[in-house]
Amino acid sequence: MLDFFTGHYAYWFTIILLCVGLYGILFKKNLIKKTIGLAILQISVVLYFVSIASKWDATVPVLDPNIPVDQVANYLNPLPHTLMLTAIVVGVATLGVAFTLLIAIYNRYNTLDEQELIEKIQ
Amino acid sequence: MIESHLPAYIALTFVLFSVLIPVFGLWKRELSQPLAVIGSGVAAAFSLYGFINYLNNGAIRYYFGGWEPPIGIEFVYDGLSGFFVLVINAVAFFVLIYSGEPSKKEFPGKEMPYYALAMLMMLGFNGMILTGDLFNLYVFLEIASLSGYALIAIGEKPAPYAAFRYLIIGTAGGTLYLLGVGFLYTITGTLNIIDMTAMMPMFAESSATVAALILMIVGIGVKAALFPMHGWLPDSYTYACTSSTALIAPIGTKVAAYILFRIILWVFGIELTDAVAPLSYVVGVLACIGILYGSIMAIAQSEMKRMLAYSSISQIGYIIMGLSLANPWGFAGAMLHVLNHAIMKACLFMISGNLRLKEGHSDISRFDDSYRKKYPWTMASFSVAAISMVGLPPLAGFFSKWYLALGTIDNSNWLFLAVILISSLLNAVYFFRILEKVYMMDPEKGQKEPKDGTYNEVKASMLWPTTIFAVSLIVIGFANAVIVGILLDIFPM
Repeated sequence: MLDFFTGHYAYWFTIILLCVGLYGILFKKNLIKKTIGLAILQISVVLYFVSIASKWDATVPVLDPNIPVDQVANYLNPLPHTLMLTAIVVGVATLGVAFTLLIAIYNRYNTLDEQELIEKIQ
Repeated sequence: MIESHLPAYIALTFVLFSVLIPVFGLWKRELSQPLAVIGSGVAAAFSLYGFINYLNNGAIRYYFGGWEPPIGIEFVYDGLSGFFVLVINAVAFFVLIYSGEPSKKEFPGKEMPYYALAMLMMLGFNGMILTGDLFNLYVFLEIASLSGYALIAIGEKPAPYAAFRYLIIGTAGGTLYLLGVGFLYTITGTLNIIDMTAMMPMFAESSATVAALILMIVGIGVKAALFPMHGWLPDSYTYACTSSTALIAPIGTKVAAYILFRIILWVFGIELTDAVAPLSYVVGVLACIGILYGSIMAIAQSEMKRMLAYSSISQIGYIIMGLSLANPWGFAGAMLHVLNHAIMKACLFMISGNLRLKEGHSDISRFDDSYRKKYPWTMASFSVAAISMVGLPPLAGFFSKWYLALGTIDNSNWLFLAVILISSLLNAVYFFRILEKVYMMDPEKGQKEPKDGTYNEVKASMLWPTTIFAVSLIVIGFANAVIVGILLDIFPM
C-alpha cells in the first residue's frame, strides 16, 4: 500500500496540481485567479507528460559514443518532451488571448469580479 | 498527381490566405473579404474534388515529408473526414460571401484582422478533421479555438466576457483531452490514429483505456456543447457579431462531433467503448437531455439569436444521439443531420443578421406582418429553414430525423424515439410563433394591409447566400437517398 503512494509520487503531485487548477477555475470569483487556475491545470498535464518519459539509468536522447544506438532502453523517450514544447506554446498563446480579453472586459465594465460582471450585464 | 497531395492542399490554402490577407489588407482594406472568399472557395473546390475522388478511388493517406507513420505525421482523407471537410468548407464559402456587408457595418476598419483570423480558424477546423495523429489534433483544436475566442469577442458590449467564459471552459476541455491522449500514449506507445486502432483490442481490459475515453469525451464534449458542458454557448452566440456567429455556429460544434465519431466509432470501436460501462448509452442519454433542454429553453427566449443558440444545443444532441446508437441508420441520420443542421443554422443566423441590419434588432415580440412585404425573400428563406428544422417532408430536416428514428427502432430504444418526436413538437412551437407573427394578420388591426410595407430587402451579397441555403435544403431533401447511400458506405462496421 505504501508502495502505491511512494512509488508514484510524481503522479500524486500531478493529480494535486490538477485539482488545484480545477478548483481555481470552478470556485474563484476573480477572473485573473481563474486564468491562473487554468495555467496551473495546463502545467499539471505538461508535468504528467514529462514524468511518463523518465527512466532509471537512462541518459538524455542525444547520441552518446559510449552507448550504441541499438540499446534504446538506455536513452530517455524524447517524444513527450517535444510534444510538451508545443503544448507549452499553446498554453502561452491561450494566456495571451485570455489577458487580452480581460483588458477588454476591464475597459468596458471597470471590474473583474464575476458576480459584479453578471449584475452589470443583466 | 494532385490527388495524392490533396489533403495537404486544403489545409495549405488556408495557411496561404491567412498570410495573404494581412499583406494585401494593409495595402487595400477592401481586398480582405474577397480574398477570404477566394480562399475558402478554393478549399471548397478542393474538398469537392477530393470527395468525388474518394468515391471513385478510395481513401488517401498523405505522409508529411515522406515519413511513414507511426514515425511521421499523416493527413487521412477517408469518407468521414472527406464528408466533414466538404460540408464545413462549402458552408464557410457562402457565409464569407455573406459577411462582407455586416462586417463593414459592425466593425468598420477591422476587416483585415477579422478575415485573417477567420482563415486561421478554418485552418484549425480542417486540420482537426484531416489529421491522423491525436496530438496534432490537439494542436489544431487549439488553433481553431484561440481564433474562435477572438472572433466571438468581436460584437456587442458583453461579448468579451462571453468569449472569456468560453476560453476558460474550452481550454480546460482541451487540456482534459490532452490528458486522455497522454493515457492512450502510455499504454499503446503511439499517437497515430490508424496504428492505435489496430492496437486498441489488446488493451480492452485496462482501466487507463476507460479513463482516457472518459477524459476525451468530457474534453471534446465541451467543444461540442454536449448537455452538461453547454454553458458557454448561448452567451457566445448571442453577443458575437452576425458574421462571427454565422461562421462559427454551423461549423464549430460539428467538428467537435466529428472527433467524438472518430474516437468512439473508429479508434475504440463500439464494443470497446461499452466494454466496462455502457458509455455510449450514457452519452446518448446526455444528448437526449440536451435535446429537450435546448428546445424548452429556446421556447422561453424572446430574442431570435439567443433562441437559435439554444436550438443549436438541441440539434447537436441529435448528432450525438445518432453516434450513441452506433448502427448504420443512426450513423446515416447523424451524418445527414450534420449537413442539414450546418445549412439550416447558417441560414437562420444569416436571417437574424439581415433583420438586425435592417431593423436594428431581432426581438421576436416586435416582429409584425409588415416583414413579409419588406423582406419577402428573407422571410421565405426563414419559412423553408424553420419548416426544415421542425422536420416536415420533403425538406432536408425531415430525413435526418427519419433515419435517426429508424436507428432507434433498430436498437429498440423507445426512450430516444420518444425524445425525437417530442422535440420535433417543441421545435414547431418556437419556430411557428415567428411564422405566425410574420404571415398571419394581426386580428386587432383588422384586414388592412401593413402601412410601412415597402420592399426593403438587404443587398444581393447578403440575400443570395441566404436563399441559396434555403433552396439547397429542398434539394437535399429530394436527394437524400443518394447522400444516405454514400453515408452508409462510410459506416465502419
